[in-house]
Amino acid sequence: MKIAVAIKQVPLRDSPLRINAAGTWIDEDNLSFEINEPDAYALEEALQLREKHGGEVIVISAGPARVSQTIREALAKGADRGIHIDTATLDTLQVAHLLAAALKTEAPDLVLTGLQSDDLGYGQTGVVLAELLGLPSSTIIMQVEIQPVDQPSKVRVKRELEDGWFQHIEMPLPAVLTIQSGLNKLRYATLMGIKKAKAKEIKVITLDGGADVPPASAIIEKLYAPEKNQQGQIFDGDPKAAAAKLAEKLRFEARVI
Amino acid sequence: MSVLAIVEQRMAGEVLAAAQEFATSLGVGVKAYSIDLPYTADGYTAAAEELIRKVNPTLVVFGHTYQTRDYAPKLAARFGRVLISDVIAARPPVFVRQMFQGKFNADVRLTGDGPHFVSIQAGAWKAEGSPPAETFSPSSTTSRQVAEPPFREAARAVDLTAADIIVSVGRGIREKENIPVVEALAQVLGAELAASRPICDAGWLPMDRQVGSSGQTVSPKLYVAVGISGAIQHLVGMKGAKTVVAINKDPDAPIFEVAHYGIVGDLFEVVPALVEEIKKAKT
Repeated sequence: MKIAVAIKQVPLRDSPLRINAAGTWIDEDNLSFEINEPDAYALEEALQLREKHGGEVIVISAGPARVSQTIREALAKGADRGIHIDTATLDTLQVAHLLAAALKTEAPDLVLTGLQSDDLGYGQTGVVLAELLGLPSSTIIMQVEIQPVDQPSKVRVKRELEDGWFQHIEMPLPAVLTIQSGLNKLRYATLMGIKKAKAKEIKVITLDGGADVPPASAIIEKLYAPEKNQQGQIFDGDPKAAAAKLAEKLRFEARVI
Repeated sequence: MSVLAIVEQRMAGEVLAAAQEFATSLGVGVKAYSIDLPYTADGYTAAAEELIRKVNPTLVVFGHTYQTRDYAPKLAARFGRVLISDVIAARPPVFVRQMFQGKFNADVRLTGDGPHFVSIQAGAWKAEGSPPAETFSPSSTTSRQVAEPPFREAARAVDLTAADIIVSVGRGIREKENIPVVEALAQVLGAELAASRPICDAGWLPMDRQVGSSGQTVSPKLYVAVGISGAIQHLVGMKGAKTVVAINKDPDAPIFEVAHYGIVGDLFEVVPALVEEIKKAKT
C-alpha cells in the first residue's frame, strides 16, 4: 500500500513569538521549527499501517528550504522517501493545490494529514486536498482499519464527534483522512533511523511560475496580540507570597475554600 | 444578494445571530436553511453546493462544529475559496480569527467575488430567539462514505460534571512523573483531578478525565487550571466554572483571559506553596 503523509513545519512549541515589522505574520528570524503535532500522529499512523499491510510511506511538505529538515526527521522515524515543494506561500488553497499536483503523479492509496496546524489552525488542508484529488475524506480520525488486510480496497475509521461521541465511517480507497492527536504513541527516531535517513531521497519540486494555483482569496491583513480584557486579579513575583494572596482571595472573596 | 446561514441543530441560534449581523453590515438579507439529509461529507457537500447555486449568496455562514469541519472546506474549495474557520468577530469583509493556538488574533480580508465561506466559533455570538430556518431537500443523496450511528464509549468511570472543585493539569507539567504535584493540590482542595487533551493523549491521565470540546464540559464552583495555556478547545469545556484560577508561567497565556484569579509563575514552585497555604487556611 502506498501511503502519503502531508506534514507541515511550524515553530517549535512554546517558542517566544513576535510579530514581524509589517504586522502581518510572525518574525521567523531566530526561530526553531518542528513537525506540526497532529501531523506527527498522522505519520505515526502511516508507519503502523505499513507495518501491518506493507508498502511505502511518502512524506510531503510545502514550505521554504528549512522544511527539508522536518522531512528528514520524518525519514529518520521510518518514512521511505520525501517530497519537498519549495514555496513561500501560506495560503491554504494554494498549498493544497501544490500538494494535490504532486500527489496526483504518486497516486497513493491513502493520504493522511493532521487535523489542523498549530500556526494558522484553519483545519482544512486535508479536506481541500481530498476535493482537489477527487477522493472521499473523513476528519478527526481516532482509528484506521484497512480492509481486507492483504488487498486493501476500503477503509473503516472511527471519527470523533463532540462531547465524547464517536462514529464509524466506511469508504473506498483511495481516500484522505485527517488524524486527531493521541491515537497512537509517537515513536522517536533511532540512531540507526537517523543514519539511514541520510541516504533516503527527498525530491524537491520548485515552482517555475507555471503551476496552476488560484490567487489567494483570504489575506491576513494584520496579526496582533489579542486585546487584554483580563478582569481577573493576577499575582506574580515571589511564589510563596503569590500563593498566600491567592489562598486568601479564594477563602474570603470567592469563598470556595 | 444575501447571507446564507447553513444550520445544524448545534449552534443554530448563534449562526443565525452572526448571519444577521453580517447581513446588516453588508446591507443584504438573511436566508437560513438546514439540510434534510442524514450526514455524510459527500452528501452534505453536494447538497450545500446545490443550495448555494440556488440562493446565490455573497457569504455563507456555518457554526464551527465537527460536522462543518468535515465538509465545509471541501465545499468552499469547490467554489475556489478558503473557509475562514472559527471566526470570533467580524467587520465584513474582514473577519477576525485566532492563530497560533490563541496566542494571536488575525484580521483576514476576503477578496474576490462571493460566495465566501465563514464558520463562527462556539460562544462568540449570542443566540437570539428561535431559529426560523427552512429545510432544504437536495435532489441527489449519493455518498462514498457510509456512516454508522454515533455511539459513546463504555460509561465514563469519572463524572467530572458532578464535581464542585476541579484541579486540571496541562502540558506545563512536562512529564508523567510530575503529576503528583497537582494531585497534592487536588487532594487538599477535595477536588477531582482533570486534564487538558495533550495530557490524556500522552496517557498520563485516563481519557475520561479530559475537559474540553472532545472531553467533558464542566461548570464547577472552582476550577484550577495548572500549566494549561487555554486553547479554545479547552476553554469551551470549562468557561462555565463559577471561579477560575490559572497558574501558568506565560503571562500572555489565553487562560488568564478567563481567569478570575491567577498566578504567573513556575507551577513547580507555586503549586506546593499553594498547597501549604490552603492547608493553613483549612486548619
